[in-house]
Amino acid sequence: MVRVDGRGDSNSLIQIRGLDKTYRRGGEEIHVLQGLNLDVGKGEFVAFMGPSGSGKTTLLNLLGGLDVPSRGKIVVDGDEITHMSGNKLTEWRARHVGFIFQMYNLIPVLTAFQNVELPLLLTKLSKSERRRHVETALGVVGLSDRMNYYPRQLSGGQEQRVAIARAIVADPTFLLCDEPTGDLDRKSADDILNILTRLSTEYAKTILMVTHDPMAAERAQATLHLNKGVLVEGVEAAAGSLA
Amino acid sequence: MKYRGLIFANLFRKKFRLLLTIGSFAVALFLFGLLAVVKGAFSQGVDIAGADRLVIINRVSIIQPLPLSYKDRILRIPGVKSITHDNWFGGIYQDERNFFAQFAIDVATQREVFPELVVPEDQWQNFVKDRQGAIAGAQTAKRFGWKVGDRIPIKGTFAPGTWEFNLQGIYHGARRQDDESQFWFQWDYFEERVPDRFKGLVGWYTLRVENPDDAGRIAKAIDQEFSNSPYETRTETEKAFAAGWVKQMGNIQFLILSIGSVVFFTLLLVTGNTMAIAVRERTAELAVLKAVGYSDRFVLLLVLGESLIMAVLGGGVGLLLAKGFTVMVGDPTHGLLPYFYLSLGTMSAGLGLAVAVGAVSGLVPAIGAMRLRVVDALRRV
Repeated sequence: MVRVDGRGDSNSLIQIRGLDKTYRRGGEEIHVLQGLNLDVGKGEFVAFMGPSGSGKTTLLNLLGGLDVPSRGKIVVDGDEITHMSGNKLTEWRARHVGFIFQMYNLIPVLTAFQNVELPLLLTKLSKSERRRHVETALGVVGLSDRMNYYPRQLSGGQEQRVAIARAIVADPTFLLCDEPTGDLDRKSADDILNILTRLSTEYAKTILMVTHDPMAAERAQATLHLNKGVLVEGVEAAAGSLA
Repeated sequence: MKYRGLIFANLFRKKFRLLLTIGSFAVALFLFGLLAVVKGAFSQGVDIAGADRLVIINRVSIIQPLPLSYKDRILRIPGVKSITHDNWFGGIYQDERNFFAQFAIDVATQREVFPELVVPEDQWQNFVKDRQGAIAGAQTAKRFGWKVGDRIPIKGTFAPGTWEFNLQGIYHGARRQDDESQFWFQWDYFEERVPDRFKGLVGWYTLRVENPDDAGRIAKAIDQEFSNSPYETRTETEKAFAAGWVKQMGNIQFLILSIGSVVFFTLLLVTGNTMAIAVRERTAELAVLKAVGYSDRFVLLLVLGESLIMAVLGGGVGLLLAKGFTVMVGDPTHGLLPYFYLSLGTMSAGLGLAVAVGAVSGLVPAIGAMRLRVVDALRRV
């Protein structure tokens, strides 16, 4: 059950307590996140909404171990990541996080198969095992017939599906999606959201998604709103906090 | 090597740029190969000079002669094992551009002093018997298509007229680096035909000593023997003589080092710039690699690896071209550089240099890639 009051179950997959993130720009301190608490259970699909600059992407970066908080702690599946060294954090990321970006960020000189295989190269899997995993992941996103295509030969929606396959191929603990439909037309966006919904419902994947699109947020089991670095639950609550 | 696909896909991303960069390395290493060959050719005489051989020339200059009568007096000096004398001929074969060194040699002593220049016994005996006989080095014989029995006319310069020689033999060096470009004929034939003012004079003496450790003492004794005479001598080891000869051509080593340094510095800038551009273009991709779990060290090695592969490919191509040039085209001076050979050692050194340039030029962009923060890099996209 998603909670933002800091009183969540200690068995939550993701626990965030008193999270602050402050940037310095010139002489000025910018408080992007302030005392943020969050609990997300395994298999939950959570959407984060909020205006630009509200701290959504910063929160995602902190959860993915790409950035470090100024204060507070993040515990994922029992591992506190806030004090991990750079190398440990990299290893942790490889095992636990699948990233899906707005601009897909596929490597253009690699085929769909090779792009999806990238996270598996870091594992000890044999070549045939890697192939099996990649084929499965591409099958889940419906691109088994496009394995040997390069990104330039795919549509935007197909590229994003390859990116999803790359994110799930190593079976990470949770997926972080930063505006996954932000660069797609409605039809392609729906396809992507269908896949994410299926990953959550059929495969019990925990998904945290940042979006500006209310229709995308509707697919999530819970929608949280960020405003001026503060997290609030539900649309009404958000309206209240903005008032 | 499971990362091979990733490395080569990145490497071949911009094929034309890759070709140009590899081409830069190839040109630089081709030049390196040829410069090393030229340097080697100049210094080869120094490197292969016999430790037990001394050369005696006129103290004034090598172009001033010495009396033949010195020979017996030198032989009497303790420690001298054998001695031979030579004269420079400097004739022209068909065209002035067909240069090769021609020496009038003493048939009785030549082989004692230069045992490494080998002539088959039957050919040598025919040469000794024929007053107009000649022996050519294998390289020169090949160059002009000569074979034993050919008649070779050479136009004299200081010795007038056309001199006819019968090619009686071909010598080979016992070692790969021995000079196989010389042309020998009998000193007696030379003595017979030169103008009177040259008679009884030799160009220089070469002698062998019993013990190389005594070379300094013997050289001093010889020069003392002829001090205050009309033909004072200067005796030095063959190595020192060869080094002095090279020095007359100017500071070849400095020249070659200067050219080489400029070429490699330019290459460093070109490759460094190429790698910097390659990394800048791929900022987001490198960030994604890090995001999915590739370590900073991996990214550093990935960029550095690309730079090194280009260096090895380009360097290898350049060195193979240089090797091909030395084998197929040979000495472009036709005889001035008789030892025109690119050794495996020099090629290895060249490849090492290419790798060093590749590493240095790739290091700065690679460190930049390693330090790249995923968050910053993705924000730039």
